[in-house]
Amino acid sequence: MTTTIETTAVHTQRAVVSHSGGPGAAFVRFLKRIPAWLTIAFLIVVTAYPLFWMFINSLKSNSDFLSNPSYAFPEVWQWSNYPLAWETGNLATTISNSIIVTVPSLFFIVILGTAAGFALEILVFKGRAAVLLLFLAGIMIPGQMIVLPLFTAFFQIGITGSYLPMILIYTAAGLPLTVFMMATYFRAIPREIFEASTLDGASMIRAFFSIGLPMMRNAVLTVAIVQFFLIWNDLLIALIFGGKKSLNTIQVGLLNFSGEYGAINYGPLFAAICITSGGILILYLFLNQQIMKGLAAGAVKG
Amino acid sequence: MKSVLGDRKAITLLLTPALLVYTLIILVPVAWSFGLTFFSGSALEGFEFVGLENFSRLFSDPYVWDAFWFTIKYALLVTLFQVVLGYGLALLYNFVLRKSSVLVRTLVFFPVVLPTVAIALLYQKLFQSAPVDGLVNELLVNVGLSSVDWLGTGTTAFVVIVIMDVWRSVGFYGVLVFSGLLDIPDEIIESARIDGAKSFKLLRHIVLPMSLPILFASFIFSINGTIKVFDSVFALTGGGPGNSTTPLTLYMYRTAFQFSDYGYGSTIALLLTVMCLVVTLVIFRSSRRDLSV
Repeated sequence: MTTTIETTAVHTQRAVVSHSGGPGAAFVRFLKRIPAWLTIAFLIVVTAYPLFWMFINSLKSNSDFLSNPSYAFPEVWQWSNYPLAWETGNLATTISNSIIVTVPSLFFIVILGTAAGFALEILVFKGRAAVLLLFLAGIMIPGQMIVLPLFTAFFQIGITGSYLPMILIYTAAGLPLTVFMMATYFRAIPREIFEASTLDGASMIRAFFSIGLPMMRNAVLTVAIVQFFLIWNDLLIALIFGGKKSLNTIQVGLLNFSGEYGAINYGPLFAAICITSGGILILYLFLNQQIMKGLAAGAVKG
Repeated sequence: MKSVLGDRKAITLLLTPALLVYTLIILVPVAWSFGLTFFSGSALEGFEFVGLENFSRLFSDPYVWDAFWFTIKYALLVTLFQVVLGYGLALLYNFVLRKSSVLVRTLVFFPVVLPTVAIALLYQKLFQSAPVDGLVNELLVNVGLSSVDWLGTGTTAFVVIVIMDVWRSVGFYGVLVFSGLLDIPDEIIESARIDGAKSFKLLRHIVLPMSLPILFASFIFSINGTIKVFDSVFALTGGGPGNSTTPLTLYMYRTAFQFSDYGYGSTIALLLTVMCLVVTLVIFRSSRRDLSV
C-alpha cells in the first residue's frame, strides 16, 4: 500500500515541475501515464509483497507470530527456523525424491518425444496424421481417467513401492504435448536436408541422431523446461504413487508437513515454503527468457 | 527420393518407443477405466460386476452434481479472469512499458513456477482467521471492517480459491498473449495512429482483431487446465468446508482412494473426461466457424 502512495507522490511532484518548466502538452502526456504507473505499482505490490511477507514470517518465533501483527518485522530474527524446517520437514528426502523422478522422466520425454516428432513430421508413411491426432488426444485426458487401472496393474506387478510408477506415468503424460511441439518445430526444417544426408550413405536413423537432434537443441531445452515445471509441481500422481513417506516428493512432503508439524509451528512452516519456493525461483531467474518463450510456445502449440 | 523418407526401419525404431509407452500408460488405462465403470471394488479387495449400477448411482448422487457445478463455476470464472487479466497485462507490456517490460514481466511470472502446495499454504496463512488474523483480515480490520472466516464457509473459500489461482497463473497468460501481440507489425499500429485512431479505437479495431488467434489459444489452454483443477483446491481447502469446494477431480480421488471404490471412481472420471471432450469439441467447432467467416 505504501509503495502505491509514494509512487503517486513522486510523480505528482515531478508533474508540477514539468508543468511550470515545459509546454502544457508534456504535462498532459505525463498525467496520462499516471494510471499506468499506478497499475504497475499495484502489480509489483500484489506479486512481491506476499512473498516478502512469507519470508519475514519464516523468521519469527511462535509467540512473536501469535502476538504481533503479521506484517511487522520479527522481534528476533530466528534463523534457526530454517534448519528446523529442513530436518523435521524431511526436505532433503523430498527434494532428492523430486529430482529422482523428474530427471529420468525428462530424459525419456525428450528422447522419445523428439524421435516420434521427427518420425511423424519428416518421415513419410500412411496414417501419420492419425497417429499425431492420437497423441494430441492425450492432452485432453484427465489424470483421473488413468490412475485406477495403473494403480491396479503396478500393484500386481509389485512396483508400487518404487519410483518406477511415477517415472513411467510422467514420461507417458508428457509425450502428447512434446510430440506435438517437436512435430511443429520439425515442420520448419526442409526434408531435403535429411534426404541429402542419406545420399552419403548414412541411414535415416543416423540422420536423426547426427542432424535432427542437434538441430533441435533449443526446442529440446524449451520442451524440457515446460515438462520440468509440470512434473515438479504435479500433485495427483505424486499423492497416489508417492504416498509412502520415503517416496514423498516436495509437493506431498510439504502437504504432510503442514498437516503434522507445521500446523502449530508457524515459523518452520513458512521456512519450509520459503526453501521450496526459493530454490525454484533461483532456477527460474537463471532460465527466465527460455522459460517465458518456452511456456508460451508450448501453450500456443498445445 | 520418397523411399529414403519412407524407410520402414527408421519409422519403426523412432516412433514405436513413444507410441508404445503412450499406448500402455495412457490409452489402455483409459479403456480399462471405462471397463471398470461396470464393476465395484478395488485393487486390494477384488472386483465384482455390477452392470449399470454405477451409472444410476452417478445420476442420483447429489454430491456429483454439486461437484459438477463447482467445476463449471470455477472453470468459467477462473478462465475468464485468466484470459481477460492476462490480456490486460499483455497490453500493458506491449504498449505502455514496451522495451522496459522485462522486469515487471519477470516479477509477475514468479508465482507461475512456484509449487502449488507452497502457494496454497501461503494463502492459508494470508487468509487465516484463527488462531490469529492473517494479512488480509488485518487489512480489513485496519480499514474498519470486521475480519472474515475466509476458509470457514463455502462461498468465501471459493473466493479465496479463485483469487489464488488467478494470482498464480495470470503472469503466464500475460506472457502468452504478449508473445502474440509482438507479431502485430508496428507499421500497422503506426499508420492507424497517423490516421488519427485514438487508443481505444486502435484497440478495438486493430489490436483486438489481430490478436484473436492468441486469445483463442489462451482460452483453450486455460479451460483445459481449469476444468481439471485439483492440486490448488486439494492443498488449500481439501474440498471443504464440508463438500462445498469439491470439484469432480477431487470427488473422484476421494471415492477411489479414501473409500476404495474404484468402479464408482472410474464412473466419475468418465464424466470428467466426457466434459473435457465436449469442451474440446465445442471449442474446435466454434474455431472452425470463425476461420471460415
